[in-house]
Formats: sequence, C-alpha cells, structure tokens
Amino acid sequence: MTVKHGPVPADDVSAYLKSRARWSPLEIAFWIFAFATIWLFPGKYLILKDAAILALFALSLDLILGYAGILSLGQAAFFGLAGYFAGLAAKYGFINEPVIALVCSGIVAAALGFVTSFLVLRGSDLTRLMVTLGVSLMLGEVANRYSDITGGADGLQGVDIAPILGRFNFDLYGHNGYVYCLVVLFVCFVIARRIIYSPFGLSLRAIKENGLRAAAIGIPVKWRLVAIYTISAGFAGIAGGLLTQTTAFCSLDVFSLERSADLLLVLIIGGTGYLYGGLIGAVIYKLLQDWIANLTPQYWQFWIGLVLVAIVLVGRDRIGGGNAALRAAVSRLGARMTGRPAALGNAAPDGN
Amino acid sequence: MPILETIGLEKRFGGIVAAHNVNLTVEKGARHALIGPNGAGKTTVINMLTGVLKPTTGRIMLEGRDITAVVPHQRVRLGMARTFQINQLFLDLTPLESIGLVVSERLGLGGDWWRLVGTKSAVTEEIVEIVKRFRLTDVMHVRTAILPYGKQRLLEIALAFACRPHLLLLDEPAAGVPEVERHELLATIEALPAEVTVLLIEHDMDLVFSFADRISVLVNGTLFVDGAPEDVARDPRVKAVYLGEDLDA
Repeated sequence: MTVKHGPVPADDVSAYLKSRARWSPLEIAFWIFAFATIWLFPGKYLILKDAAILALFALSLDLILGYAGILSLGQAAFFGLAGYFAGLAAKYGFINEPVIALVCSGIVAAALGFVTSFLVLRGSDLTRLMVTLGVSLMLGEVANRYSDITGGADGLQGVDIAPILGRFNFDLYGHNGYVYCLVVLFVCFVIARRIIYSPFGLSLRAIKENGLRAAAIGIPVKWRLVAIYTISAGFAGIAGGLLTQTTAFCSLDVFSLERSADLLLVLIIGGTGYLYGGLIGAVIYKLLQDWIANLTPQYWQFWIGLVLVAIVLVGRDRIGGGNAALRAAVSRLGARMTGRPAALGNAAPDGN
Repeated sequence: MPILETIGLEKRFGGIVAAHNVNLTVEKGARHALIGPNGAGKTTVINMLTGVLKPTTGRIMLEGRDITAVVPHQRVRLGMARTFQINQLFLDLTPLESIGLVVSERLGLGGDWWRLVGTKSAVTEEIVEIVKRFRLTDVMHVRTAILPYGKQRLLEIALAFACRPHLLLLDEPAAGVPEVERHELLATIEALPAEVTVLLIEHDMDLVFSFADRISVLVNGTLFVDGAPEDVARDPRVKAVYLGEDLDA
C-alpha cells in the first residue's frame, strides 16, 4: 500500500480510483485459458458447458451475496422461469433466434426478480432464505400444475433450437454449444465487473458493510438492493436459458432446491465478493463431481459431502480468500438461531 | 429563519417518556451544543432529527420545511448530515473510496452502474479537498479497518461533511479519542467552514465551552436551559443538575 505525503493532485486520486478496475494479468490469463479450453479439451465439451452455465448461475448469486450481503436459496426460481421461457419460445417459435430468446429470458427473470425483491428485502437473513426458497418452490409447483404447457414431470418435449445468429447449429459434439455458453459467460462477466467498479457497485459494498451509515450519507438503500437483486435475477435467468437452449430440453428440476443449494456450495468452494469465486468454484465443483462419480457412481454424493465438510472446517483462506461475506452471513444466521447476538463488526471504544 | 426548529417534539416508548415537548431552535451558522447527563434523551433527539426514530408527536423543521415525515436518506439530500457516537464506517474501503462514494452519491452519480469510479474530475477534485481538510492524506489508501482510532474519528466526520450539509450533527466526536490524537481532531472541528451550522452533542465540557456559542441543556427528556455559554455556566440549576455531578466524573 503506497503512503503519500504532501499535497495530492486530483489526477493521482483519479488514477488510483480508476486503477482499482484495471484488468490484472492474472485475470487476462484466466480468460485466455478459458477460451483456450475450446481447443485444448475437445472431448470434454459437455462437462465444460455445464461448468460454464453453473459459473454464470453462481456469478448471479455472488452479485447479491458477495456485493450486497443478501443470502438466497431461491435463485432457481429465476433459472427455472427463464429456462421454461427459452424452451417455450423455441417450441412455439415466437422467438426463434437463440441470442434474442436468451436476452428475453433474462429480462423475464429480471422482471420476476424485481417483483419479488420487495418481499425479500424486508427481513433478515433467515427471512430472506425462507422467502427466496418459498418463491422457487411455488414456481416449481405452478409449472407442475400446468403440465399441459410445461410438460410436467416428463419435461418440455419437442424443443427445437434454431441456429445461433442464424448460422451456427447446435452440433452433436457440443462444440458450438460450449463456445456459445463461454461467450455469454464472458459478456455477462464483463457487465458484472463493470457494475461492481461503478459508483453503484461501490454503494452496494457500503450498504453491505454498514447499512445504517449508508442511509446516513444519502444512499437510498432499499432501491439499490432492489436494483442489484433484479440484475442478479436477470443473470440467473440467462444461465437458465442457456441450459434449455444447449440441451433442447427443460424439466421441473430447474426449480429444485438442490440447484439453489449447489450454488452456495460453489461459492463456498470458490469464495464470494471477487467475481471469480463462482467461476472457479463451478469448475472445481463440476470436475470434482465428474471425477468422484467415475470412481463410485452410486455414492458420489457422500464424497462431495465429505469434501465440503473438509473445506468449510479446514479452509479459511482459499483461492482469493473472498468468502468472508458467506461466513459472516452464516454466523449471523447461526447467532439468530441460537438467540445470541452476532459479533459486532464495528466494535469501538464507547464514549459513554 | 432558524436552520432547525423542533416544535413540541415528543417520543414515548410505551410508558417511558424519552423526550418531552422539546422546542429546540438552532440559528443559521451557529455552533450550538446540546448537553445533558446520561440518559437525558440526547440520542433520542438526534435519532428523531435524522429520521431513525419517528417522533410520537411534534414537528421538525429544516430551513422552514417540515421534514417530520421525510426518510433518512432524503434528509441528507435536504442538507442535514450526522456523525455517530460509535464509528459507523465502511471498514473494507479506504478513506479515498469512502469519501469518493459520498461525493458520487451527492452529485447524483450513485445509481450510475456503467461509468467507473474516479472518471469525473468534479468528483476527484472534491475528494482531494475533503481528504486534505480532514488530514487523511497520509492514510487515504489504507483500509479503514486498520486506521488509528483518531483517524477513523476524522473519517467519521469527513463522510458527513462530504454530504455538504447545511446542518452538521456531531454526536460526541471526541469520544474515546486518545490524548495524542485529540488535538488534531479538535483543530479540524474548529476549522469547519463558518457557513456550516454545527449542532454538537457532547459530554466533554472543555470541548463544549471552547467551541459552542450557544448551549441547550437536556434533562430527563426536557429542554432545561437554553442560552449563551456564560449564562448556562452561571445558571445554578444547571450546576446542580448537571455540571456538579458530571464534571468530576
């Protein structure tokens, strides 16, 4: 950390503030490698594609958890709604071109996010957890009830996805599908990155750290949270749309609790609040799942569970070390359940 | 027209009356101190002024405008900012980022989600001015969590000042500051621009009498005495109720 003395020219301050947002060599290397996988692992497209979708989905949760401190178990609501929207759009042909359909499914999910944000932002962590969970359970059951539209338990059949941009077909090997997912992930990542380094993103960090003070310096706390929750829902929706488009199928399990819970696991592995946590976590999670499933096809979840327990108990500062938000949220939740007050983040000598 | 006026302000928590018929008037440009023994209701009054608590009855006028029903963040935009008795800072941000955030918000850029922080020269120039005024230049790149307590206290005031308030509420600014850092803090408070009206809530009598040009004494939720420092110091009732007990504490 540089310590400066004497007068500071405005240029210095400006340069420093802007330098926060500069792409580091490590980040550039990360993305070069990500795109290089297209040529490096041609036999692994399916799992890579799944990892890319999971990464985007996890990124959506990181935006609210890592940057606004909102703990959610209901991201699957947006994922699922957009997944069905993309499927129905292709099946009935009201939006044929996949990219446009994808953007639209993101918007539909964002609309749901906006509406439900008012419920979610009311309470504390536990309330939010339950409200978000409840919303996705309800949507799942609605999809089940209207099986004539959604296909119910059998899933949505007969989804035929048109070529991307009218040119690139979804091939059997999954090459184009993977490239498509990777490009969408990258575009969404760049947008998310831009958001968090903007004044808006800075205000979110302030709200997460100290909502009382944030309001006391004139930040409209509630509306900022509504905004990021809506954006996050849109991202989750795009991930859901991608899954439907690349598999030409959509079933009720897009709304499952497991899907939302997986996201928390991904962020526990990768860490929150530095954007790459969801990406790295998703890759590790998928590879781990694949590897263990090959070893013991029947009991793979046992090993996943064991690994998670080990990570949470042993790993304090992992990749990037940015899991503080999650730990704080979990400890607040724990404190609430046991009725003890959470540790004060701002302990300072009292003036009284 | 006074900058701040409360009319019959009252706050009851169930059967407990925390503030009773408080009629406080703060003149424009004043250095006004609100003092009172522990539990006198000072914090209750501050919380009602800033909108954290809703008064049971009564009205609050800021520059002639009734702000009783205005939400806290809007009061900031209308020209009233506060500091906290216990630091309320953004521990993970640097002073530069924290002040940058406040200035961006005030200039209406807070909802801007596409431009990067620090690309507007109006913002950066103001940040520099505030960083200097509050003697934070040396530590502006240091995470707030590891700043010395005195610097945190300065930042606490800097954040409120960066809202460019017409009325600045300082809630025990010197509380807990060690002797070595105290001088810097007091000098900074003294040097606040004259056009900013200051309402100081303080326990420290040295600070109150060296700084304030008007003093209101709150006892048991009621305004007890209100006047120039000399008059308040001479008032036998104040001596009995307040100064006698608390000065030697």
